[in-house]
Amino acid sequence: MDVLFRNVRELVERAKTENKLISEIMIEQEMLITDRSREEIMKQMDRNLTVMEEAVEKGLKGVRSTSGLTGGDAVLIQNYMKKGNTLSGELLLDAVSKAVATNEVNAAMGTICATPTAGSAGVVPGTLFAVIHKLNPTREQMINYLFTSGAFGFVVANNASISGAAGGCQAEVGSAAGMAAAAITEMAGGTPQQCSEAFAITLKNMLGLVCDPVAGLVEVPCVKRNAMGAANALVAADMALAGVTSRIPCDEVIDAMYKIGQTMPTALKETAQGGLAATPTGRWLEAKIFGGAVVGREQ
Amino acid sequence: MKFKSVFDIIGPVMIGPSSSHTAGAARIGRIARDLFGKQPTWARIHLYGSFAETYKGHGTDVAIVGGLLDYDTDDERIKTAFEEAASVGMTYEFIPESAHTEHPNTARIVLGDDHQEMSIVGISIGGGKVELVELNGFPLRLSGGHAAILVVHDDRSGCIASVASCLAEQQINIGHMEVSRKEKGNMALMVIEVDQTVSQEVLEQIAALPNITQVTRIAE
Repeated sequence: MDVLFRNVRELVERAKTENKLISEIMIEQEMLITDRSREEIMKQMDRNLTVMEEAVEKGLKGVRSTSGLTGGDAVLIQNYMKKGNTLSGELLLDAVSKAVATNEVNAAMGTICATPTAGSAGVVPGTLFAVIHKLNPTREQMINYLFTSGAFGFVVANNASISGAAGGCQAEVGSAAGMAAAAITEMAGGTPQQCSEAFAITLKNMLGLVCDPVAGLVEVPCVKRNAMGAANALVAADMALAGVTSRIPCDEVIDAMYKIGQTMPTALKETAQGGLAATPTGRWLEAKIFGGAVVGREQ
Repeated sequence: MKFKSVFDIIGPVMIGPSSSHTAGAARIGRIARDLFGKQPTWARIHLYGSFAETYKGHGTDVAIVGGLLDYDTDDERIKTAFEEAASVGMTYEFIPESAHTEHPNTARIVLGDDHQEMSIVGISIGGGKVELVELNGFPLRLSGGHAAILVVHDDRSGCIASVASCLAEQQINIGHMEVSRKEKGNMALMVIEVDQTVSQEVLEQIAALPNITQVTRIAE
């Protein structure tokens, strides 16, 4: 298959040489591979953007999952922000609350758009719907944000993994956070190289993150990992825009993530057998939700 | 490259909570239903690896049943798929397996009605993307990202050429093709990924060729 880029190096080089945005390269590649018109492709992404928008809105009104494990935190954070005394800043918390909102809707079996997966669906839209208040993009630029995210996700999915069962949470929220960092950087006027630095800085700080969902549900700790993924993405984007670079090239960071995923024990890859899932409280919650023997809980 | 489109990454639009365990599971169920060609009346679903460990929490069970009812990943009825299955008279059974499989998210679906039976093995590789790896005991690779036709045929010379020329006459381009058989001279399977849509008429033409047993189309 002919593609315009197979790794981040090729993606950045092509964008530099042709003096184009990363989102543009992604759109051109999609046209090439699927043999569809630009209009059709933009329209489909526009629909995905609308789904993301609706999920955020729904989550900010407050939702609860069937298990009762998650829901309502997005509302708490928004109410806290209204008091105007936040420590980490309004934009960052706005992104965090919107990432949480999306994943709370996901946990409640609502409609979301996977970016790149459902468990990590909050980071990309969460950051997007926060930075727009600062950057005032057009609708087209918002759609491009998703193409830039998609370009980096495409590289990770094909060269490493975006599956928690195969690579742990670093492959899901780690990838999503990197994708968001790159897209924020482009929207804020950063260069393609800076997008790549932002991705690398983010993913480096997500390496080794395990997938240990309590009771096997995409709730604890998934919702809060999306919150921190969003925060990580925003800080890394700012660092890249400031001119900070990653000593380890982006593609090598992706490769490291892949290898860490391969050597990660199965108990920590979406099997609900290790990590937080195997804590006394994790086990207690599991028994409470699905029935079965309730083992001692220390509280 | 397993992930071809940007919409494999930014997408699918789906009912939560898991792209691999819910959306992917629905897609595996739907491919099974597609291949069977009609509503099955019963299904036995064997789950392996992470699917077996966490299927209840991820709604993998309702999603597969939803897929067997022909629901897409964003169909709200996935949530009530068990009730819907009862109303169309489809029974189902979930069997978590402890056997180790190559991929952590693997499902084997055996399904049928009073007349026919079929089995498929599907894997969910992340982000809602799935691959069909086995059909009625035949190993195969099918991304589900392209339109494809599956042709069950007798292992005789000229069979492959006759199907290929039938497609060529209709100006249908073959993107990827695989042929497998259980043993020499016995039943064989052609998997043909195509760039264009194959009409019902062409399927019937292929089915009418000598030594062809069954032809099924899988939509993109």
